[in-house]
Amino acid sequence: MNRLASYIKTFALWELLKGLSVTQRNFFRKSITLEYPDEKTPQSPRFRGLHALRRYPNGEERCIACKLCEAVCPALAITIESNVSEDGTRRTSRYDIDLFKCIYCGFCEEACPVDAIVETRLHEYHMEKPGENIMTKDKLLAIGEKYDAMISADKAADAKYR
Amino acid sequence: MLAGLIPASIWEIWNSLPPLVQYLTVVTWKILFVTIGVILIVAFSTYFERKVIGSMQGRVGPNRVGPLGLGQPFADVIKLLIKEVVVPSKSNRFLFVIAPLLTLIPALAAWAVIPLNDWYVIADINAGLLYVLALTSVGVYGVILAGWATNSKYAFLGAMRSAAQIVAYEIAMGFALVGILMAAGSLNLGDIVRAQSGGFLNWFLLPLFPLFLVYWISGVAETNRAPFDVAEGESEIVAGFHVEYSGVAFALFFLAEYANMVLISSLTAIFFLGGWASPFEGIGFLEPLADIPVAGLLVEGGLHWLFFKMAFFMYTFFWLRATFPRYRYDQIMRLGWKVFIPVTIVWIVVEGVMAWFEIGPWAGLTG
Repeated sequence: MNRLASYIKTFALWELLKGLSVTQRNFFRKSITLEYPDEKTPQSPRFRGLHALRRYPNGEERCIACKLCEAVCPALAITIESNVSEDGTRRTSRYDIDLFKCIYCGFCEEACPVDAIVETRLHEYHMEKPGENIMTKDKLLAIGEKYDAMISADKAADAKYR
Repeated sequence: MLAGLIPASIWEIWNSLPPLVQYLTVVTWKILFVTIGVILIVAFSTYFERKVIGSMQGRVGPNRVGPLGLGQPFADVIKLLIKEVVVPSKSNRFLFVIAPLLTLIPALAAWAVIPLNDWYVIADINAGLLYVLALTSVGVYGVILAGWATNSKYAFLGAMRSAAQIVAYEIAMGFALVGILMAAGSLNLGDIVRAQSGGFLNWFLLPLFPLFLVYWISGVAETNRAPFDVAEGESEIVAGFHVEYSGVAFALFFLAEYANMVLISSLTAIFFLGGWASPFEGIGFLEPLADIPVAGLLVEGGLHWLFFKMAFFMYTFFWLRATFPRYRYDQIMRLGWKVFIPVTIVWIVVEGVMAWFEIGPWAGLTG
């Protein structure tokens, strides 16, 4: 009897029709595609993208060359050299991040005692020539200046969880 | 009809031509219209396929070229045309080049006997069904030659698989057509459609339902489409018989595959769904609609009905592709030889007995 039932099921294409009904149901469902350059997925304020070095509102560099980020970096992507500046404070003379080594873990941001190095939400960048993967101090400070509003807002949004 | 549209002077020149020239001119134009129509349908069915499968997978499909992505087929054609045709150095050059043509030509030539409506047939021959059967079988030579001429193991495997598969399913397909033959009493495709006129209850779909399923599934197998696409089998043998083809040569294979799909869809519509005939024929309360310009098309048969039915089967092709994983090779052989052939033979016997004793929906099928 069981065998007969299974034969009838087979010849009625029962399983096949069940499968077809699944695809047909999905056919009428709305597509979940985001058309990327026109539409973008929402981003968290904690997004870890391109790095930036920040300044205090009075224009002074935040970074004090403590080298904690260099020490914590698991990919050894950060290279720091320091000296004494004219006003007698310790400052970095060189602050390089190799973007090819960086794994965007955000440890540098966590380690920084003065919130100098941050990872911004920028993720749409590219390199055209060899060597552009090294983010020098000037480039990092420039990004920090350009996107200061965004970085400050993200920091403020995340502050109550820290 | 035409006499009023064309100036009398041209009409006189036309009448002065010898009948053979007149005949050839008319046939050439008919061929041109059908071929351009088929190629346009093929172009847009690639777009249709990508949209349908996209929707079924929660994507949107092509939407960048032109409005709604409708320019996509043309962009694809241009891309393929400007690409280089690479001929492998160890291949048989002549066969390598001629193989795509050998697949495409039968796929287009079969349209000669397809009736698009009551009067538009290029060649209204009485052996139409045999001709179609012959030409759909010839198409496999192109695939086999392509696989052999390429001189690559993947292409060769693909060709062998394709050959075995087509031999297996050709038989089931032929038997399914025997049922049609018995029901319609004619090999002429136009007469087969006329035998089904008078509403959808008269379609052969009803009394010959198992044959319809066998014919349709064999048709999918014949065109090497998913879930029977072992000849291509991109996850196993790269791309099967057309691994080494590129540019225009590949485009011809692609065109042939889709032309075959359109052909099989149209043939299924003609054999089982009454071709150009309207499903609402002979329903009393719908008769007055025939005089209203647009709604009349619903009741009257014509090219549009064949097109709708063809489009439905094209949709089913894509639907199957989006739903089922590829058959294993031995399962394909088992299905072809051990299921379809017995089923068709049994149903031919059933059909014969029922028609002889005039039972149920088979009563009208004495041919």
